[in-house]
Amino acid sequence: MNSLPLITSWLSLGSLEPHPNVTPSVIFGLGWLYLILFCMNVAWTWRSFHKGHHIDLPAFARGGHIPTAAIWATYSTVLMLVSLIHFSCASSPDSFWFIMPDFAKTAVDAVVADARYYFAVTTVGFVLMLLFRNWLAQPNIGWALLNLSLLFLTISLTDWDFRQIVGKPDNVPIVAMLFIVGFFTWVFFYRANENDRRSAQGRPPVEAENNEKVLTWPDLVYTEMICMIAVTALLILWGIALQAPLEEPASAVKTPNPSKAPWYFLGLQEMLVYYDPWLAGVVFPSVILGGMMAIPYIDFNKLGNGYYTFNDRKFAITTFMFGFMPLWIGMIVLGTFLRGPNWNVFGIYEFWDVHKLEALNNVNLSEYFWYGLGQPLPMAPAGSEFWTQAPYILLREAPGFLAIGFYLVALPGLMAGTIFKKFFVRMGFVRYMVFSNLVLMMAALPLKMVFRWAVNLKYFIAIPEWFFNV
Amino acid sequence: MPLKPPAAKDKKAAAGVDRRSFVALCFDPLVLAFGFMAVTSQVWVLALARFMFPNVLVEPPTAFKIGPASDYPLGGVSTKWLAARGVWIVHTDQYKGRNLIYALASVCTHLGCTPNWLEGEQKYKCPCHGSGFYVNGINFEGPAPRPLERVGLKLAADGQLEVDKSVKFQEEMGQWEDSNSFVDGSLA
Ligand code: FES
Repeated sequence: MNSLPLITSWLSLGSLEPHPNVTPSVIFGLGWLYLILFCMNVAWTWRSFHKGHHIDLPAFARGGHIPTAAIWATYSTVLMLVSLIHFSCASSPDSFWFIMPDFAKTAVDAVVADARYYFAVTTVGFVLMLLFRNWLAQPNIGWALLNLSLLFLTISLTDWDFRQIVGKPDNVPIVAMLFIVGFFTWVFFYRANENDRRSAQGRPPVEAENNEKVLTWPDLVYTEMICMIAVTALLILWGIALQAPLEEPASAVKTPNPSKAPWYFLGLQEMLVYYDPWLAGVVFPSVILGGMMAIPYIDFNKLGNGYYTFNDRKFAITTFMFGFMPLWIGMIVLGTFLRGPNWNVFGIYEFWDVHKLEALNNVNLSEYFWYGLGQPLPMAPAGSEFWTQAPYILLREAPGFLAIGFYLVALPGLMAGTIFKKFFVRMGFVRYMVFSNLVLMMAALPLKMVFRWAVNLKYFIAIPEWFFNV
Repeated sequence: MPLKPPAAKDKKAAAGVDRRSFVALCFDPLVLAFGFMAVTSQVWVLALARFMFPNVLVEPPTAFKIGPASDYPLGGVSTKWLAARGVWIVHTDQYKGRNLIYALASVCTHLGCTPNWLEGEQKYKCPCHGSGFYVNGINFEGPAPRPLERVGLKLAADGQLEVDKSVKFQEEMGQWEDSNSFVDGSLA
């Protein structure tokens, strides 16, 4: 009750700007977030203290070492101070200085607001993750990464546009999903590294050595029941706290701008930007499902059964993770946070301007080819029959047919003789063809994206007359 | 299943199904149950099929008048009929240099969302996957593989323009040359 006048006075103190970056309540809320971060880090400090880890200082600091707990304790203190700053400065948002600086916003936006950079960064990040998996999967590093991402999120919340996009009830679970995916990836590498180290020493994996069998009843069933109750409670709280975003009644002649698919379909929607509906909406999803079902029959690697490992299944894990992280999760993030009105790409700190202009003039491969030769597109005489038209159309699109034919028919053969030699020998012809075509189809999405971005390529084969565009 | 005496079985084996056992079979609970189920599901399917042909179709007539051509000056895209009828009335000289009035269906040729006409940018822009179309309806950006479709437009006897949504004209099929797909712009 007492806080009510206080809050209203804060509200009236807020500036008259329609989209204020910070308001008293935002600062107040962030103070709480930093306080939670502080508590988490106190717990971690306590854990480090009991583990007794320390970091060796480099030689110029005269050797010696400092305990990790000391570092975490210092960091926690800073968080505590930051939290206090928020609580004490909440009443004067105009002069509040602990915010995301503008140059950092510009820098981040410059990268993410361009699909090319965004895709390049996610792919490079993916490769770095694989290369530095041993270093990254240490508990202290994992904790530091979690802290960094939380800090980034928290300080970004001082931006109005960022709050709109992240705080939308639809998008809150996506933010949670990012952390969940990060966590499970980390757990995987942590366990896989352990087993890989063991196998390098000639020891059996953890799972084989500590083979603790437990009973279904009561051990498993109790665990399941507790999980069930916890999840139900979470869903109820969630349902109460975040209201379902209901919109105006649907109308056939008014499409919301932007129109977003449910989050789990945003990968497909992103695919639709680059491919024709029948490919991106029908063929590719079926290939994804069928391809996943085919994996057990394609896989000839007997290792990695029943235990975590990376080294024993390098190819399988890398391929799967590439499809899952940059191509699926990455596209969900792109669709959720970066796609704005008119399906343009916006930065996370950028205002969703309906009139943002992104001039694209997409060109088909056939147009590149024939105009490049200085010739007009082959065209049948006006008003001719289907059978007179067909050869002209096929001739017009011949470059595309050749390119696709090369990609799906000739390339598997070439790869069988070179990079996939071992695979071809182990798999036999049919299995190898299925495998290589699945891999190529998966690569077709990023390839098309790159072509679209680099040379504005619209379709390899474009036959709108027959609804056939690739 | 009721137990049958061994004699009956032998007879059946000899002469196939006789009349009495056929009647008995028809009243077998299992056969009855499956029979009812088959009949019920058939009725369901028929009812569903009937459902597809409603008694009353609450749809506006496909042909409607949109006022005199002078309502649509050169260089304008009218969104007047968009909400009710899903068409833009375009008066432009940007298609092959001819001064024409025509009606474009507001259905994106990619997956069927309704694009927005952006006056400032002079383009139709689809909010679903970002396809863009020039003022004349030709696609130029995003994934839409072909231009927006025209619907029928003619000059009615009373001097008004009349849109006919029951016919459509696709540019890539050369149908935009059809004189039913446009009206001479000099009428305006
Ligand atoms: S539906 Fe218009 S761009 Fe996909």
